[in-house]
Amino acid sequence: MPTCKDFLRELSDYLDDSLDPSTRQELDQHVRDCPNCWVVLDTTQKTVKIYKGCEPQAVPANVENRLLAALQKKIAERGTCS
Amino acid sequence: MEYMTSTEPRREPLSDEQLVENAKQGDPDAFPQLVKKYSRRILRVGRNITNNDEDAEDVLQETFMKAYSHIDSFQGNSKFYTWLVRIAMNEALMKLRKRKGDKVVSLDEQLDTGEDTVTREIAVWEGNPEDRYSQEELRELLDKTITSLPESFRTVFVLRDIEELSTEETAEALNLSIPAVKSRLLRARLQLREKLTRVFKRKGEDAFAYL
Repeated sequence: MPTCKDFLRELSDYLDDSLDPSTRQELDQHVRDCPNCWVVLDTTQKTVKIYKGCEPQAVPANVENRLLAALQKKIAERGTCS
Repeated sequence: MEYMTSTEPRREPLSDEQLVENAKQGDPDAFPQLVKKYSRRILRVGRNITNNDEDAEDVLQETFMKAYSHIDSFQGNSKFYTWLVRIAMNEALMKLRKRKGDKVVSLDEQLDTGEDTVTREIAVWEGNPEDRYSQEELRELLDKTITSLPESFRTVFVLRDIEELSTEETAEALNLSIPAVKSRLLRARLQLREKLTRVFKRKGEDAFAYL
């Protein structure tokens, strides 16, 4: 049976669901029996989820305008070259 | 002209592949649409890596300018966003290196003690952080936490877990082996978990109620 150390080593693959079925099954059992590993799994899962769910901030208007203006210039140059 | 003109009714937004193709064909509206679609995410990559607003804004500008200049070399072997985020990561790392060169000591240069997969904080979180903090407070906290990670972990976490590239795409973008990506991702996730648990954990008598 896997130890807590084994579980920790496989945690990322466990979260990404990229383990072979028998290893997965053994780790499932370990998590059911080990409250500490359950907490580590739960809080790591929440850590990833909270980062994924955080919407990116808006780009400041002056920054976007500066970029679009530089691009328009480049696009126009390309148009005249082709 | 082969590209779709703006006078034609558009039932649904064009795909990235179509916009890239139109940009290659000379449609002046195509590439700015890609900018509008992805600028927030590219700015976020810049911020997460450089931890500096001015540098992040430069990363945004340089990424799209470079992408447009090289649009003809984009063959569509990868997704457009994957290609774009690789350019952004390179730009951000160059900024970081340049800034580090100006400093004698860097916060990023932490020694690898091999203890970063040790879990010290074992406690459940108090409720749902999204309900307890405003978007702005949460973002500030998450930004601060991620920028405290060593660069080698941060880059992998940003590409894999925030920008959602595959392990293979991340390995290619950072010129790493797949086992190296996996090992760094695990350590990044565990370090972030450790740091966030210190903030979000349930305190007092209920802290170990799961036992």
